[in-house]
Amino acid sequence: MAKTLLTLRVNGERQTVAAEPHHTLLEVLREDLGLTGTKHGCELGECGACTVLVDGVPVLSCLTLPSEIGDAEVTTVEGLAKGPELHPLQTAFAEEAAAQCGYCTPGMLLSAKSLLDRTTAPTREEMAEAIAGNLCRCTGYTAIYEAIDKAAERMRETERMGGTQPAAVRS
Amino acid sequence: MSEFSVVGKRLPKVNVWGHLTGTARYADDIQLPRMLYGRLLRSPHAHARIKRIDASRALAHDGVVAVCTGADMPERMGIMPSTQDEYALAVDKVRYIGDPVAAVAAVDEDTAYDALSLIDVEYEPLEPILTIEEALTREDVRIHEDSGRPANVFKDVHLEFGDVEGGFQTAHKVYDNWYFFEGTTHAPMETHSAVASYDGDGKLTLWTSTQVPHYLHRELEKVLGIPRSRIRVIATPNGGGFGGKSDPFSHEFAACLLSMRTKRPVKFTLDREEVFYAHRGRHPVLMHLRTGVSADGDITAVHFQSYLDGGAYASYGIATTYYTGALMTVTYKLPAYKFDGVRVYTNKPACGPKRGHGTTQPRFAFECQLDQIAEDLGLDPIAYRERILQPANSRTVNGLRITSMGLGQCLEEVKRSTRFPEKHGQLPRGKGIGVAGSAYISGAGLPIYWNEMPHSGASVKVDRGGGVTVYCGTSEIGQGSDNVLAVVAAEQLGVLTEDVHVVSGDTSLAPVDLGSYSSRVTFMAGNAVRQAAGRLRTLVVEAAAAKLGVPADRIALAQRRVYDLADPAKGMTFAEAAVLAESKNGTLVSVGSYKPPKDISGDYKGSGVGPTAAYSYQAAVAEVSVDLETGIVTVERITEAHDCGRALNPPAVEGQIEGAAYMGYGEAIAEEQVFRGGLHKKPSLLEYKLPTSMDTPEMKAIIVETIDPEGPFGAKEAGEGPLNPVIPAIANAVYDAIGVRFDETPITPAKVLDALQKNRSRVGPEGLSSQRDPKAAMRRLHATTDAREKKKVMS
Repeated sequence: MAKTLLTLRVNGERQTVAAEPHHTLLEVLREDLGLTGTKHGCELGECGACTVLVDGVPVLSCLTLPSEIGDAEVTTVEGLAKGPELHPLQTAFAEEAAAQCGYCTPGMLLSAKSLLDRTTAPTREEMAEAIAGNLCRCTGYTAIYEAIDKAAERMRETERMGGTQPAAVRS
Repeated sequence: MSEFSVVGKRLPKVNVWGHLTGTARYADDIQLPRMLYGRLLRSPHAHARIKRIDASRALAHDGVVAVCTGADMPERMGIMPSTQDEYALAVDKVRYIGDPVAAVAAVDEDTAYDALSLIDVEYEPLEPILTIEEALTREDVRIHEDSGRPANVFKDVHLEFGDVEGGFQTAHKVYDNWYFFEGTTHAPMETHSAVASYDGDGKLTLWTSTQVPHYLHRELEKVLGIPRSRIRVIATPNGGGFGGKSDPFSHEFAACLLSMRTKRPVKFTLDREEVFYAHRGRHPVLMHLRTGVSADGDITAVHFQSYLDGGAYASYGIATTYYTGALMTVTYKLPAYKFDGVRVYTNKPACGPKRGHGTTQPRFAFECQLDQIAEDLGLDPIAYRERILQPANSRTVNGLRITSMGLGQCLEEVKRSTRFPEKHGQLPRGKGIGVAGSAYISGAGLPIYWNEMPHSGASVKVDRGGGVTVYCGTSEIGQGSDNVLAVVAAEQLGVLTEDVHVVSGDTSLAPVDLGSYSSRVTFMAGNAVRQAAGRLRTLVVEAAAAKLGVPADRIALAQRRVYDLADPAKGMTFAEAAVLAESKNGTLVSVGSYKPPKDISGDYKGSGVGPTAAYSYQAAVAEVSVDLETGIVTVERITEAHDCGRALNPPAVEGQIEGAAYMGYGEAIAEEQVFRGGLHKKPSLLEYKLPTSMDTPEMKAIIVETIDPEGPFGAKEAGEGPLNPVIPAIANAVYDAIGVRFDETPITPAKVLDALQKNRSRVGPEGLSSQRDPKAAMRRLHATTDAREKKKVMS
């Protein structure tokens, strides 16, 4: 099939690529834009590894055609850090050992980010629900909850201090 | 203050940042110039002879560059050298639905996929063997005609230790139960993937999601017919393994051959359904356990029989068979023990090693039976286990050497944490609490290829800026092996883990390590790195001591500093000391290796499976509630204590305990790799019920440290053992809740409801039925094929 030109807004940048029109957002991100941080575990919408945010909402990129999302902003794991500054979730995931093999992690981080964008102090139940579509075979989810908790706490602290990030924990 | 500066600290893993930023490069993330995409054609038959394969139509298809079939790689292969019964692609026969038959390389994945339907394969269907009973009795249908054993028996083993007959005669009571453990699969989130590149210099590189780069290296040489010196295997970070990436796989050979043929890189990435066929997961095992017990509960003798449903090929099956018997003796005192194990071939995807390899199923049986014994004795199940513990620094009846042994402490910890004695037997109907103990090896005592070489080798280099590089053939599968190596090297050299660069899983760059299986990496590779880094430490210490004018035994290394213990202000940076050492001794590179000691097993045929330099121990308590209306078992909490010797990185150890408990929970409650007429019933993540965050119980991990005398800084394994006690703990909790013994897995709502409605006190197998209708399998197959066809026509 002939490739067609496609324009997407990804991680704050407008990107135009030539892609197969039947290829999913997952395929375009990974193969045409080289953003391989987005993973795939089934390509059937069952595992959540391919989760990205579209205008802040978690979406399964393996079930989404780029043409469906138009001008909406796509956030992948590569867009989570702001320059050299890691997102508090990334730091907390490292400290709490919430990433083992790391394969579900990009999707997990984005589902968690969406949760923290909606609510600043989520309960365990809210966390479980937010990541219910993201399967993890390594952690048993416990460390992930602890990491989300910690990130939420740091983000609340930052908010209270007037928007300054606490010093990076990565020494 | 701790005697260590890195060991035991709650530090992030050295390789975690790539996972968190999307820069970790898994096999499928690799993109090379002119790369082709491969797909495998798989058998639609459970058992059939291949009469003819014609790939000419596929080859003529636009965009297809090359095709290969079994005839192109006729060399037998398999992970265990003594039981190689596989081919890279099927030759003459297919033995399960999903058995790879041919491979295509094309300009893109869509084209490769389309081309599969253009490969013409003519099959002569044969009757499939689908159950253990059929496999044992059907002499007329043989899955491997040349196996040399009766019917479809792959292997049978018989071992006896101590006075078994006498033990049963003196017993006050003999418990005699049958158990069944259903097969399950690993389902790592990353599907298998490999990229091969055959370059102009005649050298082949394979990047692959494998746990065993060294063993794969051997098999590639054998099957491809090119010397190992021209092959480089690079194990990419595995997106989970759990044992499922420990065999050489069809797509790895096909990628290599097609790359050699086309002189272009070739990538194969399995789709999720294919991973269920690649399998090599937990064996379904039917078990018969007889235990003699004295009036006060001492075990007088055990006779254990296991029947393993191995699927179509050997895989690790010979080891699995022995493992079902070997570790029964290392937890509780057994004066006499008899073990008979049989593994059979069936026309289903091959089973192999899954977390707990072969020990999970018998542990389920044993711990469920102990619960029953304790109940009859009127003893608390924890108190009973504490009374019969195998002591530390002892020998088991089957000759296994026990050193550090923390099962008692683990039981104590879970008892205290859950207030078990106050709850057990005293909760309202529908609520229950159960316990189980278990053990695992810190690496197999013997290698797969019997030889005198090290099991693990490492080299360590210190550069002139104070950076440290560790080279080791281990495979990082998410268990944190790179970090373990970095922690050990950093502790030895007094630097921080972020100063350590780890090069792992590369057969060209790193010394051989046998791979990430049998929970061997922390213990074996950890010791190899400890030795290598220790040798450099000596050079750095001597150089610094000379410079500072103090005796070498007063020099300490920590936090990137080398200093005088008597006057800590007197010292220098590690980088300065390294420059002094290099000036004095030349390039700072050292090697280390590890091989388990010799005296850790008995001396009999079969004694090679079971021994290890150190056993890990664990105890789990499960708290459940059973909905009497729906039969749904909700596991509310799992509390597990694990004796890991010493926690080199506590968050990583806790993560292994929690992850293993989660995986065991799934196997206890829902997961099953099951078939209808040889066709997988649930080959997707929607149908194969993995626990989600909504299902997974609350978990509490407790680290018990026994400081093993031979482990690196006292460490033992943490990756596999913690799965084992969870499943019987849940079954025992269900019994406490509703008075029904589940002697089989999984404990599904349908089974619970059925047992409650029929007032059953037990759900489980009755024994080995040999009265089955021998033609039933074929009839079932026809029935389901017909039904499928009808469905197709209707839809």
